[in-house]
Amino acid sequence: MKPPRFDYVRPDTVEEALAVLADFGDEAQVIAGGQSLMAMLNLRLAGPRVLVDISRLEALSTCQETGDCLEIGAAVTQADLLDRADLAEAVPLLALALPHVGHAQTRNRGTVCGSLAHGDPSSELPLCLAALEGQVVLRSTRGERRLDAAQFQTGLLSTAREADELIVAARFPLRRAGAGHAFAEVARRHGDFAIVGLAAVAHDGQVRLGVAGIADRPEIREWPFEREDIDAVLNRLAWDLDAADDLHASARYRRDIVRGLGPKVIAEARSCAN
Amino acid sequence: MRELNGAARHRIGFTLNGRAVSGWAEPRLLLTDFLRQELGETGTHVGCEHGICGACTIRIDGRAVRGCLYLAVQADGREVQTVEGLADPDGALNALQRAFRKHHALQCGYCTPGLLMSLTDLFARTPRPSEAQILDVVGGHLCRCTGYAGIMAAAREVAAEP
Amino acid sequence: MCFGLVATPPVRYNRTTPREGREPARIMTEIAARHVGQPTERTEDLRLLRGRGQYADDLAVSPRTVHAAILRSPHAHAEIVSIDAKAALSLPGVIAVVTGEDVQALTDPFLVALRQPLHQWSLAVGRVRYVGEPVALVLADDRYLAEDALDLLSVSYRELPVALDPAEAAQEDAPLVHEAAGTNLVSVRDFSYGDPDGAFAAADRRIALTTRFPRHSYMPIENFVVVAEYHEGDGAWDVLANFQGPYSTHPVMARALRVPGARLRLRTPRDSGGSFGIKLAVFPYIVLMAIAARMAGRPVKWVEDRYEHLLAANSCPERVTTIEAAVRDDGTITALRFDQLEDYGAYLRAPMPGPLYRMHGAMTGAYDIPNLAITSKIVVTNRMPAGLVRGFGGPQLYFALERLIQRVAVELDLDPLDVIRKNLIPAHAFPYRAAAGALYDSGDYAKAIEIATGDGRLDDLIRRRDAARAEGRLYGIGFAAVVEPGMSNMGYLSTLLTTEARERAGPKNGAISLATVNVDPLGAVSVSADCMPQGQGHETVLAQIVADQLGLAPDEIAVNLAHDTGKDPWSIAAGTYSCRFTPGTAVAVHKAARQLRDKLARIASNTLNLRPDDLVFTGARIQARDNPDNAVAFARAAGVAHWAPATLPDGMAPGLRETAAWTPPELAAPTEGDHINTSLTYGFVFDMCGVEVDPITAQVRIDRYVTMHDSGKLLNPLLAEGQVLGAFAQGVGTALHEEFVYDSEGSFLTATFADYLVPTVNEVPRPEILHMESPSPFTPLGAKGAGEGNCLATPACLANAVADALGIADPQLPMTPKRLHALMAARDEPAP
Repeated sequence: MKPPRFDYVRPDTVEEALAVLADFGDEAQVIAGGQSLMAMLNLRLAGPRVLVDISRLEALSTCQETGDCLEIGAAVTQADLLDRADLAEAVPLLALALPHVGHAQTRNRGTVCGSLAHGDPSSELPLCLAALEGQVVLRSTRGERRLDAAQFQTGLLSTAREADELIVAARFPLRRAGAGHAFAEVARRHGDFAIVGLAAVAHDGQVRLGVAGIADRPEIREWPFEREDIDAVLNRLAWDLDAADDLHASARYRRDIVRGLGPKVIAEARSCAN
Repeated sequence: MRELNGAARHRIGFTLNGRAVSGWAEPRLLLTDFLRQELGETGTHVGCEHGICGACTIRIDGRAVRGCLYLAVQADGREVQTVEGLADPDGALNALQRAFRKHHALQCGYCTPGLLMSLTDLFARTPRPSEAQILDVVGGHLCRCTGYAGIMAAAREVAAEP
Repeated sequence: MCFGLVATPPVRYNRTTPREGREPARIMTEIAARHVGQPTERTEDLRLLRGRGQYADDLAVSPRTVHAAILRSPHAHAEIVSIDAKAALSLPGVIAVVTGEDVQALTDPFLVALRQPLHQWSLAVGRVRYVGEPVALVLADDRYLAEDALDLLSVSYRELPVALDPAEAAQEDAPLVHEAAGTNLVSVRDFSYGDPDGAFAAADRRIALTTRFPRHSYMPIENFVVVAEYHEGDGAWDVLANFQGPYSTHPVMARALRVPGARLRLRTPRDSGGSFGIKLAVFPYIVLMAIAARMAGRPVKWVEDRYEHLLAANSCPERVTTIEAAVRDDGTITALRFDQLEDYGAYLRAPMPGPLYRMHGAMTGAYDIPNLAITSKIVVTNRMPAGLVRGFGGPQLYFALERLIQRVAVELDLDPLDVIRKNLIPAHAFPYRAAAGALYDSGDYAKAIEIATGDGRLDDLIRRRDAARAEGRLYGIGFAAVVEPGMSNMGYLSTLLTTEARERAGPKNGAISLATVNVDPLGAVSVSADCMPQGQGHETVLAQIVADQLGLAPDEIAVNLAHDTGKDPWSIAAGTYSCRFTPGTAVAVHKAARQLRDKLARIASNTLNLRPDDLVFTGARIQARDNPDNAVAFARAAGVAHWAPATLPDGMAPGLRETAAWTPPELAAPTEGDHINTSLTYGFVFDMCGVEVDPITAQVRIDRYVTMHDSGKLLNPLLAEGQVLGAFAQGVGTALHEEFVYDSEGSFLTATFADYLVPTVNEVPRPEILHMESPSPFTPLGAKGAGEGNCLATPACLANAVADALGIADPQLPMTPKRLHALMAARDEPAP
């Protein structure tokens, strides 16, 4: 199928992009890598009046450590990030999760921020952002704000981004000394969206476990290492997520994955922690 | 700022397989359609137009991407490489193409151009890819004829070449 | 993991020799098979690898061409109340909108194999019967505009109750898909061979199971393409489409268009991006675009997109089979009883119900079972029409039959391999007449199994299973023994009719293949034939065959299989389907090349003053057998036929162009007792595998897979192996991943590649392939069809392994994690 008609704007600066967004609001659609958006356009599931292409904005193409975060610009592709030699050291969870994001060919074009903006509850990068307590940097002609993952992720394919705002960067906290990380997902085929994705961070006597693919956004739980009733904790989490049946998995299957894989992912994160 | 009216056709130019080309495109025109219909380069195939089958994979600025998830206007000024540009300068099949033939890595040949471009991309960046790296790249393509065995054999052979 | 190419040399058997005796007396010049049998690399690859293939969408069209897009039904069953095209027609660039009223006025409904009023036109007329059914066609300057116009078409529907599940649809009170038919159960036929009732009465045990074979498609990556033009002056159409045959459908199209066949010129391109049976189903669109082209007065081009293809192109029929065996305590099966209910969806599109009858003569599979009862029922439902899918009735049969064999072993506490061995057709019985009439040409099934299980392969599987189970892992072994039919009898479908109805309709039998080989004045050889290759490498194989006959190199033979019904040889069996290439088209080409060779030998014998029998064709020369220096160049001998017809031997026709036809006498019409030899060749496949099921994710990992093939003489082992590997991957898809899913309203849930899961390289291991060769005595080249075996065997083999791993009786296809998990999960879930 072919996309419907839209105007196309390629701003030369972030300010120009913000001006277009201010003018068009929710009639404008930002495209960076377009690996979800283009498929939706082709299937005519999206019909913006104007497409704002930020993929060539130099200002958004940087990926750098700022303070205690890796700040990833909105035009940085998943492949760019995966190519960073120090990624496993800087943000180990991203290094573990990124190979599960689509395929090499879509990672070459798809951006980190685009995935966050799309807000698919089964995708890996929103899960990482939530598990690591990262932030999203939003800018508009009105100013700039930073939202924590929990504020930003509002539900199924929805975020707290206002129509005139541009996600300019995502901030993933750098590895804290002694922290351990683990990531696992169950998908029908390698590269498919997760039926269940699990990310665990073990640090300073605490475990954080994030679950994607069940609730309408990544869900996070945290508890101290010494809790011995892990199975009960995970069982409660499995039920809390209010899983549903769909084509590829039953609700029970999803709950059983949380119960069955959860302990392994937690153990893996703890074994990497010191 | 480049602003293009959605109802009009605009002049688009890029480098295709080392040569400057240009043609006309509405903003919504997919790069695959631009290559095939505007430029007449039909080696790039269309299989699903939702980014999964991989038949349309081409290289843009040295990265393998889905042609169907790329607008022609986005390619303006870029370096595009397609299957038509793979053969050696004298027209002979290159090493990867020869390996595909030797290992019967294609039958109907429809998914083949995309696979060749993905693997070209892999070998350009990683001359000695691991089995896992090859699987990751080939895993981004659907082939219904070969069961992938010949494709993997061809890729392994090229990976092992001195 | 343990998947490597096994370098076991092919085992050759010469118990039977290829038939030459029935050929007319000929000059027996020496023929050395220098190229046939070699793993020759493909000539096709030289263009395909350069991106210079000639697929249907690649070919130039007239600048006047307009582009089509199709509006499809969102409802599984509804009356079309009205279609408002005003807004669409007012969009600049939109040329026409075609609706069901137009096609009803200008065309006739497609012919149907049953005498039931199951009318189908190329667009819905009055009523839609499945989600995705074409409702209207828009023509516009380009495809983008045509899709814009689809969004502006306004159709109002009155929804009707739906019949979706085959068994429920077959009930008397089910909503009717075709009211005029008065029932959804449109055909029921009972067959009996031998004495099944007696055998069941005398049996120690009766063991039964019910299987459901799901809807899916081996969908090619290239979608349908049609370019149609109407020539007013001739009153004729010229259509280019990536159609694959069978050309028995050509009369169906011509009748729908109300023209004699010669006024529907159908051309197929040189390259086709895969088909696997699917591209037969482009034919209703050929008629639709033909009518649209006539209405618009301009050529019409339509390129199907993936969404349309998944939604509405084609599916294999769903089959519910209850199969029962009469068994002795030692595992001997004395009778089989089949009750088959097959769902063809909303319409019975030609040549349906092929899958239900294609295996009819061979329903007893690889086993010597003399007593057989079959009930074959056809039901229509509010789902996409069924059609050809590689395997074509075979996977449905073998999933039931080979699952039954495994159940017999479990119930009797026997080794499944022993149950297989005990019932195999013995080697001395070939040619073997199966209970329902199939005449199996050759084979040694026990030997094939001995080779496959030998060299420690079976021991290794057992060792792996024992080790895994000792660790508490879920590991199972499966087997499947399968007879693979090649080249269908054009008369098999008439088994559907009663003997009386068959007599009224006239006899149907045989399977005609046609090919032409031409030698030009410079001695250059070209070939055209009645096949529509979709990646099989036919050009290469035909070049090998002709090269051997004429003493040339394969790359000196120009084979172009782009086909044109206006110019190239064809008959109703033409096409590439049901493994007819090696037993059919290849034979016709072989015969045409031999005719040319005989002619050239006689010409050369004049020049060289030798008897034709004393000549050999080699190295582009025709020379004396015992004196290579006494020779004439091939090109010079060829030139004589063109430049000097007066010097040709008495009675010889001038020119060098030979067309040969071939139809095997073994393909007789059904007998009065409904015995039917459904196919010409019968290969043998034996598969065994070990699988492990993950206890948490319920995903199946194929640990080791061995597949043994006897396809007679292999014309090109490289390409034969490619067929095995491709069919295996598709069999894995059927077993574990691929299914068309509808919800309770008949909406289609698998309309993108994100939901319809085609296996990637990560899901398909490389199987270990073994071959032996029992040449067919019924084909001059000794070759059998070889393209479908693993589509038949692999789903059953994997299901048997999973059943063994989990100790379950009813693994349903595809064995998805969701399904297996439901079988594996503890009954009681931990409470919240």
